[in-house]
Amino acid sequence: MTEIDASVTTPLAMGRTDVRSTREDRRRREQTQLGLWMFLGTVTMLFAAFTSAYLVRRGSIDWQSIVLPAALWVNTAALAASSVTLEGSRWAGRSGRVGPARLGMAATIVLGAGFFVGQVGVWQTLAAQGVFVPTSPHASFFYVLTGVHLVHLLVGLVLLVNALRSLAARGAGAIERAWDGPAATAATFWHFFGGVWLYLFFLLSSF
Amino acid sequence: MSQDSFIRRYVFSTDHKIIGIQYILTGFAMALVGAWLSVLIRLQLAWPLRLWPWLETLMPNGYLGGVMAPEFYVALVTMHGTIMVFFFISYVLVSGFGNYLVPLQIGARDMAFPFLNMLSYWIALLSALVMLASFLVEGGAAAAGWTAYPPLSAVASAMPGSGLGQSVWLLSMALFIASFTMSGLNIVATVFTLRAPGMSMWRLPLTIWSYFISAILGLLAFPPLTAAAIMLLFDRHLGTSFFLPGGMVVANQVLEHQGGSPLLWQHLFWFLGHPEVYVLILPALGIAADIMPVFTRKPLFGYRISVWSLIGVGVLSMIVWGHHMFVSGMSPFTGEYFSLATMLITIPMAVYGVNMMASLWGGTMRLTTPMLFALGALAFFGTGGFGGIFLGNATADMQLHDTYFVVGHFHLMIGGVTLLGTFAAVYFWFPKMFGRLMSPVLGRIHFWGTFAPFFTIFFAQHFLGLQGMPRRYYAFSTYEYLEGTQSQNVIITVVVLVLVAVQFVFAFNFVWSLLRGATASENPWEATTLEWTVASPPPHGNFGDAAPDVHRWAYEYSAEGQSSDYAPQTVTSSDVPVTA
Repeated sequence: MTEIDASVTTPLAMGRTDVRSTREDRRRREQTQLGLWMFLGTVTMLFAAFTSAYLVRRGSIDWQSIVLPAALWVNTAALAASSVTLEGSRWAGRSGRVGPARLGMAATIVLGAGFFVGQVGVWQTLAAQGVFVPTSPHASFFYVLTGVHLVHLLVGLVLLVNALRSLAARGAGAIERAWDGPAATAATFWHFFGGVWLYLFFLLSSF
Repeated sequence: MSQDSFIRRYVFSTDHKIIGIQYILTGFAMALVGAWLSVLIRLQLAWPLRLWPWLETLMPNGYLGGVMAPEFYVALVTMHGTIMVFFFISYVLVSGFGNYLVPLQIGARDMAFPFLNMLSYWIALLSALVMLASFLVEGGAAAAGWTAYPPLSAVASAMPGSGLGQSVWLLSMALFIASFTMSGLNIVATVFTLRAPGMSMWRLPLTIWSYFISAILGLLAFPPLTAAAIMLLFDRHLGTSFFLPGGMVVANQVLEHQGGSPLLWQHLFWFLGHPEVYVLILPALGIAADIMPVFTRKPLFGYRISVWSLIGVGVLSMIVWGHHMFVSGMSPFTGEYFSLATMLITIPMAVYGVNMMASLWGGTMRLTTPMLFALGALAFFGTGGFGGIFLGNATADMQLHDTYFVVGHFHLMIGGVTLLGTFAAVYFWFPKMFGRLMSPVLGRIHFWGTFAPFFTIFFAQHFLGLQGMPRRYYAFSTYEYLEGTQSQNVIITVVVLVLVAVQFVFAFNFVWSLLRGATASENPWEATTLEWTVASPPPHGNFGDAAPDVHRWAYEYSAEGQSSDYAPQTVTSSDVPVTA
């Protein structure tokens, strides 16, 4: 029954093995996306728990807000730009243009790494001002939340590099199929944690 | 070539059946440790301050001068709870049988992510070893309870176990959560994407539904504990004050922490902790309910209502955690809410229990070993659930909180239902796993030697609690009002020794049947689910090239006018009419 489904969406010229492997590919992709989204669901619960802890802890009398370094805006801009270049790269990849796709992906990695370095720079700025992890509860939360976010982002960088590598390994003919797997995974992951950062930035600066 | 090598097949295997069996064996090994700890606890409670020279030779740090050290006692309580909850029941029942059964019962060749699955097992094993290693570090194992409440868990100098032992505990739990998350992702993705043609969600056996819901609960409930554990590590090692209030004095020194809230930890912990008990108990209930139709030879009663009950329990389990904290200074209005929510959860649970009983009604019952254990699980579920009604009421809980009433209650439920469910599963699927039958005589001895002592121990503990005996205390000799409980504690300890001894009958039966048991046919119980349509043990890939075609639900027994009294799920509707 599923056999027929697959042949409807695949060109008739394809052989039997092609049909099967395409179907297998598609199922794998769906599985990966499903698994990824479930993982992102657990991450959502993680940050929800941090948020409730933040709001509870904030009610205590020793809460003192720290001044967040302005460099965070630059970092945020870099991260936002990386999401744009990532989508640009995927768009180029889908229309079969390998060069621009590679370039966009590389730019995404550079911008992402820039965000990473920038966040570490923010920590150094704070430390130079005498704001350390235990200095105040707000500072503790700032370090913990940015730290946990950066750890996840490192995984995102690995996924981006993987996407770039798979892009480089395949010829232009196979680009569409090779493209969809690793890049789609990386994109879902990366945009999600971009969103998480916007949320954390809002939480840490507004509450 | 590497496909066939021994290491690839039986050690670093990605086959869900091998991984399941690895989990099961690891979990049983951990259960031995957990049981040994409980024996030590019980010896202390029955004969406090007695000299145990031979235990001193065995554990010189725990028995200084031959008497059990108080610090060692709290470490025992902590590690017994941790090991039994996370490393025995979670491994054997949830990850072990979950891995083994999910692909087989839905008609899949393997789990959705086989490599992740293998990784999950090896991290789980590492986590267990790290937890065991904590006995060997300076200061001994963690001693802040399996709930790891601060400040005991947050101030390294609070007591010996709060030092390195607690850090190792947290490391082990981090590994455990990573592994359990991988396992949960796998179960959910597998059920969603790999069901055989015809296996709709409404044809899944209750076992699979229970694993599915349990996995979703685990995925949603564990992250808050991860968040809490990260903050606890910061409190311990980097001087933050997430959970530590100001003005605390430890070893005559005022701590620098201020403003933190130990209650925040309790909320985050129980947000995991309560769903976690359902993560463990739901598979036991699913398995028990699925075993019953096989040995009553009649269809399961109220299948869809039971599924909805499981879903309802899953949802409600996420919003009742506060009932563990009624005495924490909670507002009475909040307490009222948590009482009401907790009472609500009794409705789907009772519906499920009644459906199990109705499934027995009018059947021709065959009291095989798995059936006995399934019935035992139902009995414990009823009795233990009764105690839960008392504890769920804030007014009654004020009295009963932190007494042996609680200990008795949760041992019957999360200890007893899951233990009997686990044994039911072992006896039921052993022929499938190893192609041999277990001895029914030894199985019967094991059942009665487990069921009766277990019930005696923990039913009696309810009454110790009613007399006001608090939990976690090292000795009761200085409390006049508890003098009467001493003889009861001696009886309980003796029964515990019987209970533990009988488990060796099971161990013997397991090993002996593995080597010498009678050969099992494909379907020795004449059951209907998909795993019984393939060889025992099933080959790599389970169903060969073609996935099985599913034509009916899993409970087609004693259909009218048929020569055979059961129809496996693969039998077509032209052969036997489909009833559901």
